Amino acid sequence: MCLAVPMEIIGIADNVADVEIGGVKRQVRLDIIDEAPAVGDYVIVHAGFALRRLDRADALETIKLFQEGLNLELL
Amino acid sequence: MNSFDAFKDPALCRSLLARLTEEAQTPMRFMEVCGTHTVAIFQSGLRSLLPGTITHLTGPGCPVCVTHESEVAAFLELAGRDDIIVATFGDLMRVPGPKGANLKTASAEGARVEVVYSPFDALALAKANPGRMVVFLGIGFETTAPTVAATIRLAREQGLDNFLVMSFHKLVPPALRALLADPEARVDAFLLPGHVSAIIGVDPYAFLATEYGVPSVITGFEPLDILQALLHIVHMRRDNIPRVVNQYSRVVPEHGNHKALAVMAEVFTPVDALWRGLGVLPQSGLAISDAYAAFDAFKVLGITLKDHPPLPGCRCGEVLKGKMPPNECPLFAKACTPATPVGPCMVSTEGGCAAYYKYRLEA
Ligand code: SF4
Repeated sequence: MCLAVPMEIIGIADNVADVEIGGVKRQVRLDIIDEAPAVGDYVIVHAGFALRRLDRADALETIKLFQEGLNLELL
Repeated sequence: MNSFDAFKDPALCRSLLARLTEEAQTPMRFMEVCGTHTVAIFQSGLRSLLPGTITHLTGPGCPVCVTHESEVAAFLELAGRDDIIVATFGDLMRVPGPKGANLKTASAEGARVEVVYSPFDALALAKANPGRMVVFLGIGFETTAPTVAATIRLAREQGLDNFLVMSFHKLVPPALRALLADPEARVDAFLLPGHVSAIIGVDPYAFLATEYGVPSVITGFEPLDILQALLHIVHMRRDNIPRVVNQYSRVVPEHGNHKALAVMAEVFTPVDALWRGLGVLPQSGLAISDAYAAFDAFKVLGITLKDHPPLPGCRCGEVLKGKMPPNECPLFAKACTPATPVGPCMVSTEGGCAAYYKYRLEA
């Protein structure tokens, strides 16, 4: 029940967003998300509410650090 | 590959695993305290690939499992009332209470129990049933509590008078403190729950390093997240510099989600709470605040928690403290299976016993 999954925002109307992942569509409320998301953003969804926007730049940075640390090239 | 998919990349995972195996020379026992981590570690196959020096313990991270026997008895008592519709997350349906009763058997006996995906759906249920009182069972940690708080605030804004919440919400940091304060605890490091931390941020965990010298990493749920967190831990132990590291910074802000924290502080108030296996922990739960007392099922319906003993034969309490691996429970995979669960740790898919059962061939 604690499951929270990243889903992509495909539409926003007032305080409700349409989100999708792998063909599964849902509506989620935006009452408690702290940064207003935009269409195309990924958000962490839990119990019908969007909790947080995933930070793409930060994700890339984390992956870069992995690769540098491991001397790897990203495919 | 998009920027988030890279966290599942098999080549990166293999390299990181090789590095971990090479560097993890000193034995260590790490505990995760999040049902999603439990499942991720088993499901990804990581558990069987970890070097022999690293022992994985699963702690009190399954919200359904830590719900105390007395709390289960209270919501089953509630379901027995005929003027009530109980709205609940599905995981709670088969959690056993006194004499083998659960919400499913209650519903077969005539109780009206509705499974909802979101607390917000429970609100819709109240609107659709103006003559009945809808009571939502508020179970979960800091990830779930703000969704319930926001729903209660909406109920007030909309002037609903037939929507109540029975709040059993629990807070993760006080449970970690209780685990470490136990002289028998043998936890060398924590993997901290990513989505609880997305709400509360990093600061509430500082005591793990400063007071107990236990290195801890907030991490996500992809194999790469977990492996990198373990490597951080190995390094902190090697250098003897325990800290709380935020590996999951793509989701977890340093100071948490201020909007979620604000609605939680408005609607809830911290109270001493009962945990299965851990007992009463100070300031470890959330009750509905006086300002929102009109939505508090305990107050409005006059329900109190009564003493209830642990389920006969079930060792969930010890499993939740990481003191006993589930497969050492005498009932495991014998009297107790997911089809015939004796305790909640076998009911919830996030429970330690259920994870051990499902993946026991590889474990
Ligand atoms: S195996 Fe079953 S009886 Fe044993 S601790 Fe787990 S849930 Fe309880």
